[in-house]
Amino acid sequence: MYKYIIRRILVFIPMLFALTIIVFGLSQLAPGDALTGKSLADPNVDPEVYEQQREALGLNDPIYVQYWRWISSAAQGDFGDSLIFNGRTVAQLIEDRIANTLYLGLFSLAITIIVAIPIGIYSARKPYSLLDYGATGFGFLGLAIPNFFFGLIAIYVLSINLGWFPSQGTLSTPGITGFEAFVDRIHHMVLPGITLGLAGTATYMRYMRSEVLDVLGSDYIRTARAKGMSDSNVLYKHTLRNALIPIITLMGFEIGVLLSGAVITEQVFQYPGLGTLFLSSVVNRDFPVVMAIAMILGVLILVGNLIADILYSIVDPRIRYD
Amino acid sequence: MTQKPLLEVEGLKTYFYLDNDLVAKAVDGVDFSIAPGETLAIVGESGSGKSITSLSIMQLINKPGRIIEGTIHLHNENLLTKSGKQMTKIRGNDIAMIFQEPMTALNPVYTIGNQIIETLRKHKKYTKQVAREKAIELLKLVGFPRAEQIMNEYPHQLSGGMRQRAMIAMAISCEPKLLIADEPSTALDVTIQAQILDLLQEMKERLDMSILLITHDLGVVAEYADRVLVMYGGQVVEETSVENLFEHTKHPYTNGLLDSLPSLEKEVKRLGAIRGTVPPAHSFPKGCRFSDRCPHVMDQCYGSNPDLLSIEPNHKVRCYLYD
Repeated sequence: MYKYIIRRILVFIPMLFALTIIVFGLSQLAPGDALTGKSLADPNVDPEVYEQQREALGLNDPIYVQYWRWISSAAQGDFGDSLIFNGRTVAQLIEDRIANTLYLGLFSLAITIIVAIPIGIYSARKPYSLLDYGATGFGFLGLAIPNFFFGLIAIYVLSINLGWFPSQGTLSTPGITGFEAFVDRIHHMVLPGITLGLAGTATYMRYMRSEVLDVLGSDYIRTARAKGMSDSNVLYKHTLRNALIPIITLMGFEIGVLLSGAVITEQVFQYPGLGTLFLSSVVNRDFPVVMAIAMILGVLILVGNLIADILYSIVDPRIRYD
Repeated sequence: MTQKPLLEVEGLKTYFYLDNDLVAKAVDGVDFSIAPGETLAIVGESGSGKSITSLSIMQLINKPGRIIEGTIHLHNENLLTKSGKQMTKIRGNDIAMIFQEPMTALNPVYTIGNQIIETLRKHKKYTKQVAREKAIELLKLVGFPRAEQIMNEYPHQLSGGMRQRAMIAMAISCEPKLLIADEPSTALDVTIQAQILDLLQEMKERLDMSILLITHDLGVVAEYADRVLVMYGGQVVEETSVENLFEHTKHPYTNGLLDSLPSLEKEVKRLGAIRGTVPPAHSFPKGCRFSDRCPHVMDQCYGSNPDLLSIEPNHKVRCYLYD
């Protein structure tokens, strides 16, 4: 098992290397650079000045030189300076934002699990009941509505009309600390968290329903019942663990889905996370930031999949990595 | 036999209410009884209702199936009046069951030990330690030399025969009075089949159980059963002792089953086969349910279904040939 984990982590290295090439290549392919927008915005500045700056920043160097400069410093943990936020390093910018995004992702995942799994189980136990039809309807709706649209509706109804939840930011009063800050943060995460988790909730609910239904019809469940096991034992001991096996695999991918979903959702809610930073950096052609965030997302997705595989082998004894 | 029966099934009807308003009469008026210590075999083709009969006794019929009529008495107690909770105390304790597919009948994510121990703890209220010792004892009893090791193994680590042994250990763990064995050897290699059936026989004698053996293998019936029930179309068509069945076969269906067995004594060019297939349980022929496949069919057979009649002591047949 440990050998397997170490092997998997070693495989990360070539994958990350490939990722750097893709990320860097894509950023080079994008039209313009961080200075392009500025020259348009300020016609009084001599374009010659921008050209000098480009030269100074090394933007006119050959691609392989730029790539080497980037990757050699990135390998040492230095992603360089932001081209837009004067005097701030990429690391500082990300540091300010990453925790917010991780909180939001975890919060959204927690909502997804807490809602989807019990409803999925219930739907499977009482198929074709009113709640099952309701859950099915919700499932289709959840998958069909785009994230940003649902977010806008949520803001309109729950924030503007009813005033139950704040529509943006992470804290209503800056400077509060302790438990008060914690509650306030959660309060701010409710709408973006639900928005972000909507599609996932719908998906997991459907998966859980079909998995539980599948397992309930299996031979070993009949055996368990024939042994005289109670209904709750059959459900919670014999059914659930088997039904969760495929769900766990999906969870590994969910980390990637959540993070990429966060780009849009954070924008809708003006939530100061990696997503908003990513989007504004893309718009401003702040490529050092864009590339660093893309790399972080890549690492998180790889780690997420590794965690899923490890959990998988813990839940299912038939899977052994050695 | 004047001994009081252990299990008495009367007028059992288990119907499945299908989507398109069809009613599949999987078990349609079955009566039989099992004496203590007796092995009763139920034979029949696939779809004859033998498995549904056994599952009805356990009350493990899934929707859309329902037991709509009849009584099932175990020791004078009607099981069909028991609540779901009361039945969990009977299943696994008084009546245990083993299944055809040892590959899928054990839960893949729990160890063999865990699955036996949970049965013992449920019915016998043993402590963990006692249940564990008892489980090891049981595994030794069913022929695992390295029982302690098997306790910690998962089903996928065992072969089919070993899994069936583990199933048997689990089924007899609470010393049931009746063991229902639904095609216990069908999915196994021929050499293992005999071992498993011998093991069942041995356990039966040791624990003084009765066995309800569901099979389609008349060879197994000849070897292990005391009495036989031949089922066709959800009904019993012949009921007699094993000797009678093979030597004084009455029903044309039973005859057809016997003809389709290869034999060492008689040399035949081609094995007999019963023409046609079992009709689906929602559309039996109007008269005798075997009429459209019977080689001796008469006009009368198309009119109405014959009753199951005693034609000799201990020999019942459902056929107009013996009216």
